[in-house]
Amino acid sequence: MANEKALATGAAYEDGPVRAFALAAVLWGVVGMLVGVVIAAQLAWPDLNLGIPWLSYGRLRPLHTNAVIFAFGGCALFATSYHVVQRTGQTRLFAPGLAWFHFWCWQLVVVAAAITLPLGITRGKEYAELEWPIAVLITIAWVAYAIVFFGTVGRRKIRHIYVANWFFGAFIIAVALLHLVNGAVLPVSFWKSYSAYAGVQDAMVQWWYGHNAVGFFLTAGFLGMMYYYIPKQAERPVYSYRLSIVHFWALIFTYMWAGPHHLHYTALPDWAQSVGMIFSLVLLAPSWGGMINGVMTLSGAWHKLRDDPILKFLIVALSFYGMSTFEGPMMSIKTVNALSHYTDWTVGHVHSGALGWVGLISMGSLYHLIPRMYGRTEMYSKRAIELHFWIATLGIVLYIAAMWIAGVMQGLMWRAVNPDGTLVYTFVESVKATWPFYVIRLGGGLLYLAGMGVMSWNVIKTVQAGHVQPARIPTAALAHA
Amino acid sequence: MDILYLLIPFSVVLVLLIVAVFGWAVNSGQLEDLAREGERILLDEDQGT
Repeated sequence: MANEKALATGAAYEDGPVRAFALAAVLWGVVGMLVGVVIAAQLAWPDLNLGIPWLSYGRLRPLHTNAVIFAFGGCALFATSYHVVQRTGQTRLFAPGLAWFHFWCWQLVVVAAAITLPLGITRGKEYAELEWPIAVLITIAWVAYAIVFFGTVGRRKIRHIYVANWFFGAFIIAVALLHLVNGAVLPVSFWKSYSAYAGVQDAMVQWWYGHNAVGFFLTAGFLGMMYYYIPKQAERPVYSYRLSIVHFWALIFTYMWAGPHHLHYTALPDWAQSVGMIFSLVLLAPSWGGMINGVMTLSGAWHKLRDDPILKFLIVALSFYGMSTFEGPMMSIKTVNALSHYTDWTVGHVHSGALGWVGLISMGSLYHLIPRMYGRTEMYSKRAIELHFWIATLGIVLYIAAMWIAGVMQGLMWRAVNPDGTLVYTFVESVKATWPFYVIRLGGGLLYLAGMGVMSWNVIKTVQAGHVQPARIPTAALAHA
Repeated sequence: MDILYLLIPFSVVLVLLIVAVFGWAVNSGQLEDLAREGERILLDEDQGT
């Protein structure tokens, strides 16, 4: 049989790590979102802290952010990038052993985070809380990842490097840079270190890191995912391949400078704040270039959206991406930021991007990828995908709307002054007024988590109904650039 | 704002690197025949995906 012959000659893709990372992504998605639901509940009902330090909001919040970004998001990116780089280059993964090492190393990082963060071991830097021994582990895993990915690009049989791989490549290099620079510390004990930077300089480095984590980890990486799985699922090429390359370069150049928009009206120098604001506004163009390109790929095939829930995930993800990349620049305007900073509007914005863009594009891509990793072309239940889509979308809308209302309300309450210049409201009054929105947000999050539960069931059934079989690399006849 | 002594040279090096990579892309023919490359991923392979 062709497959056995393919195996014998070594002409099959190496999908073991792809499979492993894909399943891990689903698992960590459930875990990370569950922690999110817990902390959302704690904000509404502080008694749920239960007086137990390891379950306190302050310690669980970074566990949530790290789990959803690095465990869920990370594994989804690793699975898809390893899948895409092989298929588009028509070559086997470079150094599969290293790819497995990458997998296990990353799982160790996640477990280490799950243990240390509730113990209160933290650097206190947003999305960079993990103390230095774990940061070292991340570096090692990342070097392995880079070697495997770029090695595979290097031994590709197709001369052209498909655009998705440019996005993945930029994401890998940028994250390495960000991690090393923001991770510069002086360790004083095994579990304690001090940042190499101090004061407002540290803040600048932190938010250069923080915004580029969004721009490269959560955007560039997932755009790479989008550029492969939308064309494959829609069975149409990218709307404008030329545009995909143009906006790639524009995006990676502009994102680097947007960081200061996290520091408006702080001790950061005014000119730095203005630079951040301007580049954030400019960023709207390349971001929307990507969104339009992805959505318009369905041009002439919009009817497919009616019957294909996977396409619903992928296209709606882009809609939320467009929303967030419009909202973000707006919030980067200093005048707007004066209202929105420190409010729940920021939380709403984050989750519109996280649940709407990152979440949905990952789910759609995994729904395309997972059956194919088990010798099938479809998931076990298409209706379950449809159900997941609607529950998730409803959850997102509830979440964002609640946070928008709460955020604007908070901003307005905090700045309200009496004629004599005194504040109209005490801070605690704004907390009290926010309470119903915390409850609605919890409802939105519960729906989103429930959707993830439906996905888990569907994935388990799909794995049980399918079987792993080698995927043959196309023969040389097809492989010439 | 002493951090600028780090951030600015760092950023300049980064930009130069980006330009270099872009230059390589142009020179090695990465940006030729783009329409066909966009469609290549959809070509039937010997096996499903």
